[in-house]
Amino acid sequence: MLSIEEVTHIERLARLKLSDQERERYRKQLSDVLDYAARLNAIDTSNVPPMYHVLPVTNVLREDIPNDNFSQGEALTNAPIQENGFFVIPPILGGEE
Amino acid sequence: MELADLTAHKLIELIEKREASPLEVAHSFLNRIEKYEPKVKAYLNLKDKEEVITSIRDNEPYSALLIAIKDNILVKGLHTTCASKILSNFIAPYNATVIEKLNLQNFNIVGKTNLDEFAMGSSTENSAFGPTRNPWDLERVPGGSSGGSAASVAIGECAWALGSDTGGSIRQPASFCGVVGLKPTYGTVSRYGLVAFASSLDQIGPITKDVTDNALLYSIINGHDPNDSTSLKLEPHKFTHLSQDIKGIKIGVIRELLGEGVDSTIKKCINDAIETFESLGATVDEVSLPHIDYSVPTYYILAPAEASSNLARFDGVRYGFRALGKITEDMMSNTRGEGFGPEVKRRIMLGTYVLSAGYYEAFYLKALKFRNLIASDFNSAFKNFDVLISPTSPILPFKLGEKTENPLEMYLSDICTIPINLAGIPAISIPCGFVDNLPVGLQIIGPAFSEATLFRVAYGFEQATPFHNNRPNMGGIE
Amino acid sequence: MGYEVNIGIEIHAELLTSSKVFCSCPVKFGASPNTLTCPVCLGLPGALPVLNRKAVDFTILTALALNCEINRHPIFHRKNYYYPDLPKNYQISQYDTPIGINGRLDIETENGRKRIRIRRVHLEEDTGKLLHSGGHITHSDMSFVDFNRSGVPLLEIVSEPDILSTEEAKEYLTNIRDILVFLGVCDGKMEEGSMRCEANVSIREKGAKKLGVKTELKNINSFRAVERALIYEIDRQVKALSSSKEVIQETRHWDEKDEKTVSMRSKEEAHDYRYFPEPDLVPLQIDNEWIERLKSQLPELPEQKYERYKTLGLTPYDAKLLTHDIELSRFFEDTIKIYNNPKWISNWLLGDITKELKDRNKLISQTSFTPEILVEMLSLIDEGKISGRIAKDLLPELIDKGVSPKKLVEEKNLIQITDTDTVLEVINQILRENAKVVEEYKKGKEKSFTFLVGQVMKLTKGRADPKLVNELLKKALG
Repeated sequence: MLSIEEVTHIERLARLKLSDQERERYRKQLSDVLDYAARLNAIDTSNVPPMYHVLPVTNVLREDIPNDNFSQGEALTNAPIQENGFFVIPPILGGEE
Repeated sequence: MELADLTAHKLIELIEKREASPLEVAHSFLNRIEKYEPKVKAYLNLKDKEEVITSIRDNEPYSALLIAIKDNILVKGLHTTCASKILSNFIAPYNATVIEKLNLQNFNIVGKTNLDEFAMGSSTENSAFGPTRNPWDLERVPGGSSGGSAASVAIGECAWALGSDTGGSIRQPASFCGVVGLKPTYGTVSRYGLVAFASSLDQIGPITKDVTDNALLYSIINGHDPNDSTSLKLEPHKFTHLSQDIKGIKIGVIRELLGEGVDSTIKKCINDAIETFESLGATVDEVSLPHIDYSVPTYYILAPAEASSNLARFDGVRYGFRALGKITEDMMSNTRGEGFGPEVKRRIMLGTYVLSAGYYEAFYLKALKFRNLIASDFNSAFKNFDVLISPTSPILPFKLGEKTENPLEMYLSDICTIPINLAGIPAISIPCGFVDNLPVGLQIIGPAFSEATLFRVAYGFEQATPFHNNRPNMGGIE
Repeated sequence: MGYEVNIGIEIHAELLTSSKVFCSCPVKFGASPNTLTCPVCLGLPGALPVLNRKAVDFTILTALALNCEINRHPIFHRKNYYYPDLPKNYQISQYDTPIGINGRLDIETENGRKRIRIRRVHLEEDTGKLLHSGGHITHSDMSFVDFNRSGVPLLEIVSEPDILSTEEAKEYLTNIRDILVFLGVCDGKMEEGSMRCEANVSIREKGAKKLGVKTELKNINSFRAVERALIYEIDRQVKALSSSKEVIQETRHWDEKDEKTVSMRSKEEAHDYRYFPEPDLVPLQIDNEWIERLKSQLPELPEQKYERYKTLGLTPYDAKLLTHDIELSRFFEDTIKIYNNPKWISNWLLGDITKELKDRNKLISQTSFTPEILVEMLSLIDEGKISGRIAKDLLPELIDKGVSPKKLVEEKNLIQITDTDTVLEVINQILRENAKVVEEYKKGKEKSFTFLVGQVMKLTKGRADPKLVNELLKKALG
């Protein structure tokens, strides 16, 4: 069973603010799924190569030719807050160093 | 049958013979929407009726055969919400490549359909905007995640639809709604403009009333896309009129997928299907895929892992919903905490965990090795068989709310469809029977690039059985 | 207590491609905010990366120039972390399969030539740019993001901690910069941000086997800052250890204004990047043909040029100066093609000509001076027609106007006087007019000789052959 600390750690890594109830619920549900997933340990796969890609394809490359791109307006079209062509966000630091 | 219940290829025939006008055809679909949409709720966003009508061209039959698009495929100028609060105000600034292909043929998009949020789910109950209901029984789910698309096709609210499939999300709803759904070979349909769930598993595919329609729509959307590095440089699959001859086809029944977990009524439908195949001259034998039981744990490590990374971009900075926050980090966490639904958050947490330091080898890498084993099982099987079959779903369409308490139970019901995505091969689901008026789907699986064979086998079965002519009982809905 | 220093340097260089690394947005410096973006580099839902061939070529070229082994099967990984200038909240980078490994760069130190091992060379994408209201990241109440730079191809070069002093660090950086500029893969302008560097610094007691705790220095934006930041940090660490305090492993920010390094240790935990292979890209396969093709494109590298210049007779110091100056070395190469006296040519180029260029703040290509003009001038000296002194006086006009030295000499009547009789006549006149000085010389005052020579030159308006004057004057004075 995952500890609350582990869940909180994942929460931070994933930038997901959870309520206390959510945290507790996910703790249990995640533990269930992970226990189930541990079934994979039943088979020794040390000699099996991991399948990173399904396709037997390599070297998909693009020529270095610049093309049409978004105008500034198009780029900002869904921006929650914009100013002078920039995306505006809250400050990065909380004012303390 | 009314026009809205006819197949697209039949409607094209009627239009070309001038036995029906494009306007009549389009109106038939629009009337269905007006009549049944309040109950079925297949759509999240419907185009203005006027706009749909004015897009109809007399000499462009496709413009009358209204098409519905799952709302995780970007259509420029329309909202693309992925059934999530976090994208509820997002307007797509570009078209997915498949949409560009449809536009070239003057297809007429009637609306965007409902789905499980970010395609994560098997019932469309995870939509932030309410579930879609199964036209065959409004108390039941239409399947997921492409539930809206499947329901819409089944009830005649459109001629055909596009869905997406990561672990069964086209095939299972097609099965639950009594229609045809294809998950193509990975890499044959461009993913550019499909909101990514699990990049190495996702594919867009057609959902239609019958196999011929499916082959037709597939021939239009498949093909190499330079904007998608995982899209294959092959000769695109062209539509050919399907033959019914499946004599000599070697069909393998996957033993592990007809075991205990499968509803006995479904088993009976599959066994009947086997008889039908044999009567058509195909040979049917059992085949074992020894590692297939590990598909679900493998999938539920790989898919959430990729999803946790793919969904990281939803942070309130450049688009979508933004919550309050004193500093950007808080804003991001609040945005995602408030904007994502519980299933999405659950999978992001799961995915983040299995990729995190100390767990990568035990989970993610291990799952990638199992992926190899499962794909190898299929390769071996295809040495002796042309196609494999199984039920599309081990259970019948269930009631709304029946499975929402226990996520793991829901995940386990994906056992028949998941292995196919892991192997990157194609599979089609076609109606093969009814149990208490609830549709049952047969899944036909082929090796990579065998869509032509899949269509042929599916067509042969379809034409030898009455199921493709069934339509949901409208009276039950009114 | 004596301490040894170990420095490792990490360089990020923006590549001079025309388009970005995973999309075809243009790469341009100084454009209006968010005018060089597209779905891919903005991290919009549904967007997919496609790799720029030239960016790969540039990376392989650099790896070859740094004597790396080339990885034949490199793949890209996702580096997952959240930051508002990172549109997908993951960076497509390379983890354990960088394109180049185990390279080396030999640098000149006061103790002779020294080898700095290069751990890796890899390709990744750049982030967008953050601006803060109030101009600084602290005490600002909002921030602004510009994604023009997002997706620009970035080369990362990581050295082993073989650099043992600040001077070596500067030398290493200069050499790397030169190679990148020579190859044409980066313009090396640290002030513009197209080349950035971070340094890992640790100290250990003299003779200690294990490296000390290292700190990572960031925000070093010029060559001078490198020097000052390293000096400060080494001093800081020495002070800490000498007073029995610990050095903490952390990231420190170089504060240009206050000229110190500041701890960036925040409440945050160390990053867990959860690297996994990028599923949206397929692997690269670099075969011999690809490598050979690029090898043949490799220009002569600074190291090779330096050696060659030494064999041509240049001193190590001159060879180094000339190697570091692309313009001058190009001019040098063109000149030695038509006049075979490399040492003499380099003396002129590095001496008086460089001075003239500095005075004018111009590059040699921005003047009218050509190799032909230099050769003509040198020939005149060689033929004894003018002295070196006269040539020096002519330089300004030759550089500014690009006129023929022969013509100029004729116009100004500057042909050297080499006729013994004529010179003797002048000498005798000077001796007569300066009897007192002659006396002083005979008494032992050496300086008087120089004075007398000067008088002869003055009377002949500098045209007398100085060697002849010296010879004849000595004879005349006995």
